[in-house]
Amino acid sequence: MIIDLQKFIVAEQPFWSELERVLTRQEQDPYRRMSFDEIGRLHYLYQRASADLAKINTYSSERAMRDYLEALVGRAYSFIYGARQETVRFKPWRWFWRTFPSTFRRHRRAFALSLAVMLTGAIFGAAAIVIDPEAKAVLMPFEHLQGDPSERVAKEERGANEKHLTQGKSTFSAFLMTHNTRVSVFVLALGMTWGIGTVLLLFTNGVMLGAVAADYIRAGESAFLVGWLLPHGAVEIPSILVAGQAGLLLAAALIGGGAAKPMGERLRAVVPDVVTLISGVAVMLVWAGLVEAFFSQYHQPTIPYAVKIAFGVVELMLLVLFLRYSGRREIGLAMRRRLRGRWSKSR
Amino acid sequence: MNPEAAFSARTHARTIRTPEGVRFSLPLAGPVSRCLAWLIDALCLVAFAQTIQVAAALLGIVSRDLSQAVTILLYFIFFLGYAMALEWYWNGQTIGKRILGLRVMDVRGLRLRPSQIIIRNLLRAVDSLPAVYLLGGVVCLASRYAQRLGDLAANTIVVRSTRVTAPRIDTVLADNRYNSLRAYPHLAARLRQQVTPIEADTALQALLRRDDLDPEGRVELFATMARHFKSKVVYPEEDLAGISDEQYVRDVVDLLFRR
Repeated sequence: MIIDLQKFIVAEQPFWSELERVLTRQEQDPYRRMSFDEIGRLHYLYQRASADLAKINTYSSERAMRDYLEALVGRAYSFIYGARQETVRFKPWRWFWRTFPSTFRRHRRAFALSLAVMLTGAIFGAAAIVIDPEAKAVLMPFEHLQGDPSERVAKEERGANEKHLTQGKSTFSAFLMTHNTRVSVFVLALGMTWGIGTVLLLFTNGVMLGAVAADYIRAGESAFLVGWLLPHGAVEIPSILVAGQAGLLLAAALIGGGAAKPMGERLRAVVPDVVTLISGVAVMLVWAGLVEAFFSQYHQPTIPYAVKIAFGVVELMLLVLFLRYSGRREIGLAMRRRLRGRWSKSR
Repeated sequence: MNPEAAFSARTHARTIRTPEGVRFSLPLAGPVSRCLAWLIDALCLVAFAQTIQVAAALLGIVSRDLSQAVTILLYFIFFLGYAMALEWYWNGQTIGKRILGLRVMDVRGLRLRPSQIIIRNLLRAVDSLPAVYLLGGVVCLASRYAQRLGDLAANTIVVRSTRVTAPRIDTVLADNRYNSLRAYPHLAARLRQQVTPIEADTALQALLRRDDLDPEGRVELFATMARHFKSKVVYPEEDLAGISDEQYVRDVVDLLFRR
């Protein structure tokens, strides 16, 4: 007990109060830019408070004093050593056209695995329907898919569903968006089960898809099937696959697989990419929801199948081009070079 | 790891060592306080859901379809984004956490990044399995820093964050103008040597909180403390004559905390 606590407090209190003021001001406005002198002063105050805490820990055990200084040093530490990336404002345009597709490409192996699992499920589902058509009740838990495909096609082409939809297209669209996003988030979240849940969910979705496709193809309704599924499925199915990709990334970070880094570090490295992917999925599902409610449910003769299929094919091609090329630095540079060349020729 | 070992590995605080070599600790929030905070947040969500319904009913006058669509979207956005938005704008706090003095922090004591907030809230989908956050609760009880799965993935912890103010030690010592124990510097030096930091702190805390104690308890407490300190260093009887036990303890604290 060799510290004069009262004298110590009287001498140091003004510096602590100043540090508190600086921290409160910055916490209230995280985007406020500090001048060089302010940063220097903050660093000095932080180091002084740290030294005071070290003194208190060594020479005195006054608990309230220690708690106060620990809280103060903790706040300053988190501010000074915290990642500074968040002071850069979020730019949605740049994020969508550059960050999201490049993140997707960086983890294309996880996407390939996600696709492989769903395809395996689809093959299994299709095979099950071909071998045992009675399995339909188990493989397709949706009432409107239980009946005979040809009967449904005839009913849809009479426009029975269209009349019903006219009253509630917006509601149906909103329901689809939220439901599919919820499913995608679940596919991602199940990555925390070492990826087992993600794989199971992708597989079961594949099974349902394969079973429906096989059922309609067997009934000779391929045109209806493609015209019905492709316009929204061209975006919706890749969305679920990207959600699976994010879930598998999370699982890979959790498992490690001989990586030298500890689990916390592995997760820290992968989480921003996982968030980017799932946010991209949400955007894609908004589009898919609109298309499914306002376009997919209208069948021939209202909209010819050829138009619907062409629409779906174009969508899929655009999606592939977007994910494959959007935001590529070398493409941007080449385009800039070409434009510059044209401009200099025109002069 | 067996469950007992996992449980014993839990700590009540996250201690962080800064590059300056200073340690500070963040007291961790337990599952009960977190559950209460969640209940408060759930009540807020229900209240907001009611507001949405009223607004939707008004919109329904224009178009029933649009009103239902807006309701579905607003419910979804609000239920998913409530915690994310508040934890970002209030530095790791929601209404429930603010009321109960809890805060989400990075496990290394750093500021939260947006991706951490988003992922810890998205993973509620798996933490809430099979119902009422059972899986999250079990993981929280078993994990070292009381983290649910969302916290593990996001590298976050939930800490108790009551704003601590500087202690008013001057209220105890400023009025102690004459201290008879200072007349014997060699005994004062011995007292400083004999009294442990914990004993000194206990005496100081008793003086800081004297007004919170009931009179009988206060007399008894300071009598016990005075007896304890007198057993460590014996001062001449004539110097202690007329000094109450509380004043004696105050003099001892004055000697220990002031040079």
